[in-house]
Amino acid sequence: MNLNYENSFEIQGGSFLKAGEVSVFVKKTLQRMGLPNDILRKVAIATYESEINIISYARCGVIHIDVNATRVLIDVQDEGPGIEDIQLAMRAGYSTASEEIREMGFGAGMGIPNIMSCSDDFQITSEVNKGTHLKVMIRMPANTN
Amino acid sequence: MTLYEIMDILDAKVLVGRKYLGTEIYTAFSADLLSDVLAFAKAKSILLTGLTNPQIVRTASILDIAAIILVRGKIPQTETLRLAEQLDIPILTTRYILFEASGRLYTNGIRGCEIKVGTDDVIAI
Repeated sequence: MNLNYENSFEIQGGSFLKAGEVSVFVKKTLQRMGLPNDILRKVAIATYESEINIISYARCGVIHIDVNATRVLIDVQDEGPGIEDIQLAMRAGYSTASEEIREMGFGAGMGIPNIMSCSDDFQITSEVNKGTHLKVMIRMPANTN
Repeated sequence: MTLYEIMDILDAKVLVGRKYLGTEIYTAFSADLLSDVLAFAKAKSILLTGLTNPQIVRTASILDIAAIILVRGKIPQTETLRLAEQLDIPILTTRYILFEASGRLYTNGIRGCEIKVGTDDVIAI
């Protein structure tokens, strides 16, 4: 089984109708490659939450997916307002979402906590008025390769 | 029970995915918050919701949700139906409210895909 995949996706802030398009594509692609179901689920959720975050809060952003036999890396870099208080953003229920985001059914303050719960390693850095950078690592089970 | 039996119990109409009515369903998640659906819904469950935007279909696809049941008689946007056909996600619609639809399914043996979530610690935000 060839478990190597790498791709970058540009996401435009505010493109609410398209929200999730990239994540569904990534999930279907990795599913066809034979990624184990539990890993696939974590990758899909982390990518989807990241995509929704860019669309909801940033001007634009890039999601970079890098898969090999030992791990999946999801690198998400956006240009936008950044996060003032990261500790607060990591807490379930904290949200600064607009009415438009909430009407879509998002913005409940579960995004970053949910990405963290899907990650084996999670790093977040943010600079106010510049943007936010997420690094997510999801480990493959040892018997995949 | 099958999706067909669910359709019967909820007096529901199938909008997309008639060919999947034979799918066996054991669990469900009910919510109007996609953030919570993403955090808590499990694969192969059905999703009961009053949301009708295309994101319900993408969310269902991401989570391997077996079918979407729209409550309160909602009819989704054309874009939502088109996407559901494309991504093979069945959509049914029932006039029952969310509480009533969930209760009727529970009475007939469908269970929540999670019983409780979170911790007992109450944290003020």
